[in-house]
Amino acid sequence: MYHTLSIGELARRLAAKEVSSVELTRHFLERIDRLNPSLNAVITLTADRALDAASAADRRIEAGERGRLLGIPLIHKDIFCTDGVRTSCGSRMLDNFISPYDATIVTKLKAAGTVMLGKSNMDEFAMGSSNETSYYGPVKNPWDITKVPGGSSGGSSAASAARLAPFTTGTDTGGSIRQPAALTGVTGVKPTYGRVSRYGMIAFASSLDQAGVLARSAEDAAAVLEVMAGFDPKDSTSVDAPVPDYPALLEAPLKGLKIGLLREFFDGLESRNAALIREALKVYTSMGAETIEVSLPHLPLSVPTYYVVAPAECSSNLSRFDGVRFGYRCDQPKDLLDLYERSRGEGFGPEVKRRFMTGTYVLSAGYFDAYYLKAQKVRRLITDDFRAAFDKVDLLVGPTTPTPAFAIGAKVDDPVTMYLNDIYTIGANLAGLPGISAPCGFVDELPVGMQLIGPHFSEARLLSAAHLYQRATDWHLKTPGGYE
Amino acid sequence: MSLIRQDVEKIARLARLSITEAEMPVYVTSLSSIVDFVAELSRAQTDRVEPMAHPLEGQHQRLRADMVTETDQHEKYQANAPQVQAGLYVVPRVIE
Repeated sequence: MYHTLSIGELARRLAAKEVSSVELTRHFLERIDRLNPSLNAVITLTADRALDAASAADRRIEAGERGRLLGIPLIHKDIFCTDGVRTSCGSRMLDNFISPYDATIVTKLKAAGTVMLGKSNMDEFAMGSSNETSYYGPVKNPWDITKVPGGSSGGSSAASAARLAPFTTGTDTGGSIRQPAALTGVTGVKPTYGRVSRYGMIAFASSLDQAGVLARSAEDAAAVLEVMAGFDPKDSTSVDAPVPDYPALLEAPLKGLKIGLLREFFDGLESRNAALIREALKVYTSMGAETIEVSLPHLPLSVPTYYVVAPAECSSNLSRFDGVRFGYRCDQPKDLLDLYERSRGEGFGPEVKRRFMTGTYVLSAGYFDAYYLKAQKVRRLITDDFRAAFDKVDLLVGPTTPTPAFAIGAKVDDPVTMYLNDIYTIGANLAGLPGISAPCGFVDELPVGMQLIGPHFSEARLLSAAHLYQRATDWHLKTPGGYE
Repeated sequence: MSLIRQDVEKIARLARLSITEAEMPVYVTSLSSIVDFVAELSRAQTDRVEPMAHPLEGQHQRLRADMVTETDQHEKYQANAPQVQAGLYVVPRVIE
């Protein structure tokens, strides 16, 4: 059925007029209608717009146009501004916000002929690792609805895993694409910092945020990334470098590829997860790759570094939410200070407030040097460690998460326990490196992800490595029971 | 180094966030545990290390010609405002 097909196969059938984009769109809208209530992955449905966009795509196909994504449905994480459509960022603060413009990636994907089915649920303002902080309620993991799908792109990962759309978009600041992809058995790609435009992507931590994709396979993700990536003058941190034709580069041979095994990734990793990663590595060595042990001595400091830098940047970025120009405003403010304090106190949830206050604290007079400046220095040490490792190896392979999906409600009481879920993903954000999580097996019937991290702008090599692994294995083709 | 209630009150005021009486003890505990956790950074040897604000080297602020390129769309943008009058955002009295 359509939802089990690759984007390439869907595009082929669309071009051959074996199916229309309107039919495909109806197929996925029906799936969302039937399956989303059990998941809470999609929080805004845009059915009428979707059917209009699908008709427009069909007209373009009829006129002879061809494109990898022409007529293909998608769901956008609700962090991307979509013109005329509510963009909530998972928060009460923006529950009433109808975006007056499109994010650049939305514009690019629209121009390529995609069909937006709706917006996906997410941890509030992208802060979370379980999609439990959303104003719209938690998202359930389709593999076990008592478990979390990961976060903050939990709605996107659950939607991709349950095949509610051929692909979904996400964002990754500390692991928010890779971690949920691992917990739901999909392929998640976080590009190099600056590879994909952040214009129109509601900012959390500006030196860490990056937009990416969650799809069924590296092959599908490659087609999407090729459209999403590219220089944007509206994003001052966008890098002006050409975008490789990622799909054309997927079959690059692996022979001689040097894969680094990070000592710090495997120390203390739960044995069944470690065993799956080692099995995956055997697939690579059988294809001619070589594994080399490497060490990033400062990597264990990456979580505390992140939890200084990210909250500091968040406290700056979220200062724009003041109840004045848009977003939530409290009732009957008695003066301007009351307007600010109560609009923000009532509009933001607890995790956002925790991070905001952490950020305010580490930037405040008397603490700036000890915390923020110190964290920026440690960030450089971590980045230098990665650079030294990449002098010896082409990419790093290891786990994406310490454990498979945990139960909803299990970790909400202690923020630090929740933060440690990101222990393997955060380093790549601090150093601006690209990373992919690809499914590599199951533990207790829950998906486990393998992570690949490469040097800056090595997305083609990472996608190809993940793709060749997926040609030799079929973990990425498994569908959760009830969502077939 | 843990935080006390007065610390959290001061931070909340700087952050322009109202915290209710009921919420206050929860924030004191959770912020203290976060601050204790990140204090681990003091173990790192960072003498003569330059702070890193951006993940990519060699990026610089691009400049553009000083020309107007946007059009006036204030009605569209103000459609989301809680209270607007004559094109201005209305807030409680600021000047006594």
